[in-house]
Amino acid sequence: MNAPLVEIRDLRKSYRRGGQIVPVLTGISLDIREGDFTALMGPSGSGKTTLLNLVAGIDKPDGGVLRVGGVDITALAEAELAEWRAANVGFIFQFYNLMPVLTAYENVELPLLLTALSRAERRERVALTLSMLGLADRMDHYPNELSGGQQQRVAIARAVIADPTLIVADEPTGDLDRNSAADVLSMMQRLNRELGKTLIMVTHDANAARAAKALVHLEKGELIGAPEPVAH
Amino acid sequence: MHLFKLVVRNALRHRLRTALTVVGLAVAVLAYGLLQTVVDAWYAGAYAASNARLVTRNAISLVFSLPISYEARIRGVEGVTKVAHSNWFGGIYREPKNFFAQFAVSDNYLDLYSEFVLPEEQRIAYLRDRKGCLVGRQLADQFGLRVGDVLPLKGTIFPGTWEFVVRGIFDGSDRTKITRQMLFHWDYLNETLRKTAPRRADQVGVYVAGIDDPDNAAAISRAIDSLFRNSLAETLTETEQAFQLGFVAMSNQIIAAIQIVSYVVILIILAVMANTMAMSARERTAEYATLKAIGFGPGFLALLIVGESLAICAIGGGAGILLTAPAATVFKMAAGNIFPVFQVSPGTVAMQFACALAVGLAAAVIPAVRSARVRIVEGLRAIA
Repeated sequence: MNAPLVEIRDLRKSYRRGGQIVPVLTGISLDIREGDFTALMGPSGSGKTTLLNLVAGIDKPDGGVLRVGGVDITALAEAELAEWRAANVGFIFQFYNLMPVLTAYENVELPLLLTALSRAERRERVALTLSMLGLADRMDHYPNELSGGQQQRVAIARAVIADPTLIVADEPTGDLDRNSAADVLSMMQRLNRELGKTLIMVTHDANAARAAKALVHLEKGELIGAPEPVAH
Repeated sequence: MHLFKLVVRNALRHRLRTALTVVGLAVAVLAYGLLQTVVDAWYAGAYAASNARLVTRNAISLVFSLPISYEARIRGVEGVTKVAHSNWFGGIYREPKNFFAQFAVSDNYLDLYSEFVLPEEQRIAYLRDRKGCLVGRQLADQFGLRVGDVLPLKGTIFPGTWEFVVRGIFDGSDRTKITRQMLFHWDYLNETLRKTAPRRADQVGVYVAGIDDPDNAAAISRAIDSLFRNSLAETLTETEQAFQLGFVAMSNQIIAAIQIVSYVVILIILAVMANTMAMSARERTAEYATLKAIGFGPGFLALLIVGESLAICAIGGGAGILLTAPAATVFKMAAGNIFPVFQVSPGTVAMQFACALAVGLAAAVIPAVRSARVRIVEGLRAIA
């Protein structure tokens, strides 16, 4: 069997709050294979977002092993980590986090500015991605001219545009109505099934979690049982 | 290009806030420029004065005069090329508020002042008329004086009513020269004094000496003063510029206050600008965190903030600089004739530019450093 894309061993993380050290993750071990679509579930404060942030390389653990694509990302310096994220991770946030002063096209183009692609290549790739996500006629619209669902689709386009190894999504449907949420989840499933993208999604919505292939439950910073396959 | 696009669009995001900051900057840079121009105007006379001319006066005080007999001895000093003399007249033209400088001068006086340009026929007419006088262009324009007009003055130092006929109007060789004075024949004054106050006759206020080499000014000054050491009227000789600066020095504290105020204005707008940039950066914390998460480095974020700050300062500062010259013209008109020369110098414009640049950079420093250092996880929580 191939090595897992994400290899987590005894991962620990705590925060300092008001002079007290609050443990958030207490020795998590988990493997996520390439092509998986994993949903992290658990109540508030269970550590699911912290785990996602650590895997995405935007936070540092206190201890343990964390390898993504064979790279020990805990050993990377800030600048190296930024480069690694640009090449390997796509982000989908609950509140979309689009730049309000940039159009949909420009928002999606952002990650490509960190690549060596020419302007023409970028244009071609952005147009294709936005078309795939049904936003061809919204390219020149600013975020405030788009619905929540459309904004999240732009965010998905931004997450996949640089062809990352891993896509992380933090409550991607948390700010959407039922139809838009279903739409977004369907797109994430397509990314996984048709493009083979590996996705890790944090959610506390059981319906949203069912879009994934596997469920991982966390509680009080610990994994509850083994990853649970989802029947489709 | 994308950086530029983001900078410009961010700057225009809160249009009212940006507009108010731009207006504040424009007013501050304009005020700075005007105040510095006031200072320059104060020194204009001294700066226009020459180092190639020496002024010899009574060593006790300018109030005391010197005998006319000194002129020949001064002329004999090595290095002195020409000597003229003058007396401050201090007359009133119609009303005391119409103050301007009046000098009774020797006929060769203008030979020492090549910066005053007088048509030859007017010069000849002036020399032929004992009661003739010359007025500068600025003075003529102020009172609507023309050649042939009678110019009556009520004497204060030299009592009586004195009537002069304008025989010539001289111009400055360039716009920086002050031509707001009146010159008339010292001989006319002296002859009148011989009749009315003989003890005050044959006296000179100051001697003006042309010298062959400005580098020798100190040595020639010492040589002149040594001629009259231990006499009844000892002399003090200095360059014309030093002589003029002596007058300006009397108001040094006012000038210092004006200069301090001009920099305080810049400090105030720096605080306003820094607050604007701090607010903008704080509001965009989540955006900066998102850019960092995507892979943009702290340098890019710092450039975004510095660029936005500089863009606002460029617009505000540019507007302030562009408005300074027209505002100076209006200021000069409103100020009447307090400042015969009131021109915005290239040095002032350069300082305005430097101040706007400094404000733009200084206002961005703290927000740029903070944004560059923001932890992604904390930044993302800013909206969550």
